[in-house]
Amino acid sequence: MTLIRIILKRLLSMSITLIGVAVIVFFIIRIVPGNPIAMMLPPGAGEEDIARLKALYGFDKTLPEQFLIWVRGILGGDFGTSITSRQPVMSLVLGRLPATLELSIMALVMAVMIGGTLALIGTRQRGGKAEALIDVTNGVSLSVPDFLWGLLFILLFGVLWPVFHISGRVSPALDLPFVTNFYLFESLLRLRFDIWLDLVSHMFMPALALAIPLAAIIAQLLKQSLKETMHLDYATLARTKGYSENHVILREALPNAILPTLTLVGVQFTFLIGGTVIIERLFSYEGLGNMAIDAVINRDLPLIQGIVILFAVIFTTVNLLVDLTYALLNPRLRHG
Amino acid sequence: MSEMLFEIRDLRLSFADLAHKPLFGAAPRIEVLKGLNFDIPRGDVIGIVGGSGSGKSTLGRAMVRLLDVDSGKIRFEGTDISQMDEVALRPLRRRIQMIFQDPMSSLNPRHRVATLIAGPLHLHGFDQITERVDFALSQVGLPLTFRNRYPHELSGGQRQRVGIARAIATEPEFILADEVVSGLDVSSQAQVLNLLEKLVSDMGLTLGFISHDLSVVRRLCKTTLVLHQGEIVEQASTQALFDAPQAQYTRDLLDAIPLPEVTPGWLD
Ligand SMILES: Nc1ncnc2c1ncn2[C@@H]1O[C@H](COP(=O)(O)OP(=O)(O)OP(=O)(O)O)[C@@H](O)[C@H]1O
Ligand SMILES: [Mg+2]
Repeated sequence: MTLIRIILKRLLSMSITLIGVAVIVFFIIRIVPGNPIAMMLPPGAGEEDIARLKALYGFDKTLPEQFLIWVRGILGGDFGTSITSRQPVMSLVLGRLPATLELSIMALVMAVMIGGTLALIGTRQRGGKAEALIDVTNGVSLSVPDFLWGLLFILLFGVLWPVFHISGRVSPALDLPFVTNFYLFESLLRLRFDIWLDLVSHMFMPALALAIPLAAIIAQLLKQSLKETMHLDYATLARTKGYSENHVILREALPNAILPTLTLVGVQFTFLIGGTVIIERLFSYEGLGNMAIDAVINRDLPLIQGIVILFAVIFTTVNLLVDLTYALLNPRLRHG
Repeated sequence: MSEMLFEIRDLRLSFADLAHKPLFGAAPRIEVLKGLNFDIPRGDVIGIVGGSGSGKSTLGRAMVRLLDVDSGKIRFEGTDISQMDEVALRPLRRRIQMIFQDPMSSLNPRHRVATLIAGPLHLHGFDQITERVDFALSQVGLPLTFRNRYPHELSGGQRQRVGIARAIATEPEFILADEVVSGLDVSSQAQVLNLLEKLVSDMGLTLGFISHDLSVVRRLCKTTLVLHQGEIVEQASTQALFDAPQAQYTRDLLDAIPLPEVTPGWLD
């Protein structure tokens, strides 16, 4: 009951959001200065060439007409043709999506593991030196943005002490026998651990840079709600019943304390995905974000539109998933 | 075996006063229990009364070893438990139980009633868990259909009964009840008090009953201990204490609370 209602409500607001995003991106990138046609013209092209190119990409029509054509195309699964590469936007974007998804999810997993561990240690050692140290670390991590971590890692682990790859997604020398672009996933399925390791060693630094700020947020919030839950009577009672401190934290407190963190992680995960744009650029990682920056530099309007719409779909889907998980984990909603 | 279940000797406990902690160095300590001495005989129902902040809950938590004490002895069946670590305390945890005031926060909202009662039984190696859970439920007067309920599907009085069922299921010798009826309406209060009374006589329990409601203590408890600012001002049989209080503080306490059953003549 409740679940279906949540899904329907979410799907409705998702479609409204997507329509809004489509309108905004379409008109904004046509208002800002920069002419895509001018970028493509060879030196010395005449008026005629310009008109022909404009007609080819539909730029000779009025803005509302262009918008309608674009939307009709999307509804039929056609996002237009990239101006720079002259390939369908859809296949370009979907080809890059797996790289960005793998990077984001890797970063999310790292953030949850680091943040969760710090929160648990901080709770176990609450009031002690370890907790104070964790608080200081959190404060520092929160005040440095992800791209600065990225720069730092490039200097430290790419230049000074080169243990990780700091450029690209995979070593170019490697032969990739893959049918999908989910390299990390597929290499595991095919038991190609050599490729998997190479991918991880490329991904590790950018993923960590993305993960650190989120890890700090998770550590702080989860520790706070764990400590509050540990003060509740049922946690105290569990101790008087003879349960160990570890049991009380992990089994009694954690399942109840995790909900607010979960909601926040969902929201923050969309910020993390947003962060991939700069981070992918820094590490020359061939994902959507890197492609987005190229598209903006080249004024490749159809490609920009396609990427933005795809990001919007990802964001709203993440939010939907968070809401569903929340509903599933909350006993009151589940049995209410 | 000692006749006394608990023997408390010169029990001292203090908290760090973090509000007055200097930037560097240790925070000053606030003494909350200032050298308490008293005994609880087996089978006693002892009321612990006193004003707010007098140290009742702190004393209770020290006795069930939720808190570490500064010094003094807490002898349970003759063995000093005041310095025992968690591992050494584990077997004793089965025999010393506690019930709290707020029945909602006393039960983990994620567990069903049966799980809540069964958990400690598993922990302490009981067999025939299902039968024991059912027996505990029947002891506290809850129907067996409640096994599958979640805490938020119960009324306050029913939750408090689940708390009591959890406490008695491990067959303890001592139960400490901290303000267990304060959060309930009058009729649930009466029911829970009747239940405690019945359990004490049926199971041969010893009960420590912390309360600021003197009329409840008078009805339920055999002996009463009066705490004031971390010191015992009086300990006597409930009858004697209410009929002829010795300490001035006890008189003030009795005076402050309207007790319809008590004629005001005893002050003279
Ligand atoms: N964890 C703690 N840290 C610091 N001070 C504390 C702590 N717990 C209790 N105290 C202080 O110890 C004193 C006694 O508190 P306690 O809770 O034992 O009182 P009480 O008699 O149970 O009062 P009430 O009737 O209000 O429950 C109070 O002054 C309280 O502020
Ligand atoms: Mg109290």
